[in-house]
Amino acid sequence: MLNQLLDDLRFPIGLLFSIFSVILIVVGLVKPQAVTAGLDINLNVSAGAFMGVFGLFMVLSAVWSARGKVKQ
Amino acid sequence: MQLSLIDYSIIAIYLMFVLSIGMLLKRKVKSSADFLGGHDEKHGIPLWITSLAFISANLGAQEVLGMSASGAKYGIMTAHFYWIGAIPAMVFLGLFMMPFYYGSRARSVPEYLRLRFDEKTRGLNAISFATMTVFSSGVSLYALAILLKVLLGWSFGFSVLLSAGIVAAYTFTGGLRSAIYNEVLQFFLIVLGIAPLVYVGLRKVGGWEGIQAQLPGAMTHTWQYMGSADNPMGVGLFGMAMGLGFVLSFGYWCTDFLLVQRAMAARNMSAAQRTPLIAAFPKMLLPFIVIMPGLVALAMTQLGGDFSIPFKADGRMDYDMTLPTMLVYFYPSGLLGVGLTALMASFMSGMAGNVTAFNTVWTYDIYQAYFRKNASDSHYLWMGKMATIFGILLSIATAYVARSFNNIMDLLQLVFGFVNAPLFATFLLGMFWKRTTGHGAFWGLLSGTAAAALTHGVTMAEGKGGWLLLGSAPVHEFRSGMGQAFAIAIVAWVACFVLTLAISLATKPKADEEMRGLVYSLTERPQETETRWYLRPIPLAAAVLAMTLALNYLYH
Repeated sequence: MLNQLLDDLRFPIGLLFSIFSVILIVVGLVKPQAVTAGLDINLNVSAGAFMGVFGLFMVLSAVWSARGKVKQ
Repeated sequence: MQLSLIDYSIIAIYLMFVLSIGMLLKRKVKSSADFLGGHDEKHGIPLWITSLAFISANLGAQEVLGMSASGAKYGIMTAHFYWIGAIPAMVFLGLFMMPFYYGSRARSVPEYLRLRFDEKTRGLNAISFATMTVFSSGVSLYALAILLKVLLGWSFGFSVLLSAGIVAAYTFTGGLRSAIYNEVLQFFLIVLGIAPLVYVGLRKVGGWEGIQAQLPGAMTHTWQYMGSADNPMGVGLFGMAMGLGFVLSFGYWCTDFLLVQRAMAARNMSAAQRTPLIAAFPKMLLPFIVIMPGLVALAMTQLGGDFSIPFKADGRMDYDMTLPTMLVYFYPSGLLGVGLTALMASFMSGMAGNVTAFNTVWTYDIYQAYFRKNASDSHYLWMGKMATIFGILLSIATAYVARSFNNIMDLLQLVFGFVNAPLFATFLLGMFWKRTTGHGAFWGLLSGTAAAALTHGVTMAEGKGGWLLLGSAPVHEFRSGMGQAFAIAIVAWVACFVLTLAISLATKPKADEEMRGLVYSLTERPQETETRWYLRPIPLAAAVLAMTLALNYLYH
């Protein structure tokens, strides 16, 4: 299973963005005063959440297809 | 600017991933085809990966920084470089040219030229291409180092060695596959790293309507002001459509091995044809990521708040700093690390693309052709690896030369432009007219380049060119350097086309037998293996063109 995952580019890409997502959300929550340019938006949290969704989607689709291959 | 520990950690995590991808792919490199790229089911790379690598290899730092700079300088008209200057050519490559590149079993574009024409045409193309790739990777190395110096205060030498070292590590271990895999990772980083900037920027200026309210009409329309050359770009309709839309665009997207190599790495003919077609979908949306920040920055500068595009010492705007200044202004610590990582990623994808194209052309088209013809495969694998290393060393040297002698770099860039301009005429005739001969192709190319130089010598634009005039008045004075460049391209293309045609008619053609699979009339149409109709090349191409037309209309 791990071999299959490492062969699938979706896995490292998803993993990288998931890690970025966690870092950004944590930083954004710890330092919410870093609000952007007078706009009412916590950019670290929202961009982090967006990357998290993307990262998770990539990781899950890689796991899904690896499981399919293992079953075969 | 001071980066926090968080930003540095993000950059470090990214670099670790890049290197691990190279290490993971190392075990797959056993033959020269594994390292330099081979096209068959065994070596082939999945279609979505080749497609994204196809645009990412072009999305270098100069592209990312340059497009936002042009967005601020010329407005949304810059999108012509995508919607007119790339998409139609990508469709043409996929539908009409890939069957010859992939089907001929050539391992590179120069090798196709040898099969179709002769050794001298291949040699001319291989040597100019190899020189150009080293040069471009050196110049982007230089650009990145200057940027990191201005932004972070890193020393020039440290930036050059760090960035070149990382690219060297992952291309040396995993070869072309590693470069391609990393290009896809880098593509997502660039898009996801800059997209938040576009989002907050647009919110700040009140969306597209806000930009339209701030900027003159010529900056927010792609076509409406093209009637004459009296627009920010200083280019008229004919120059744009013929110069950029036809000659330069087809010359680059359809013949540059750096790009074609990505499509040739696909698993089968159908996937190779679809690589540029699928790539066209994200490509047509890229202006919203790379050009829009420039427009937002200009609108914000006009609004006169606490943001402004920086100025140079001579009082003019320093457009090249548009994107970095925006990143620093909008991004909090954390996301700023991701934004800077995106810039570094764009540089690396551009450099690795050049290095992997260079080592293939060097090994197969120069070394194997002129130095050692019949060595073992393991010898060529070794040579490919060595070429990776000395390609990178030459790039580093070029970066240092660029730092000391900026003028030489401008001159080289100009000369490469002359060499590239006529290329598409040669390929068009070679692929679609079986009467075209090697002598015709070779001398046509050379005279196209000469015609380009001549045109530059007798015309002027923004005080440049005119070196053949010796004080007399120029034959034509262009409104902008871009207008002049487009005109030079058109002249070079026509000269090459006409001379190739004339010389071909006067010389002896190859026998039909030798040109099977290389020329349109002597090649069977590839059998379509894709079963889902909407994923076949023609429906895909139709969808791409329809969407591009819609975008042009939307922003006309």
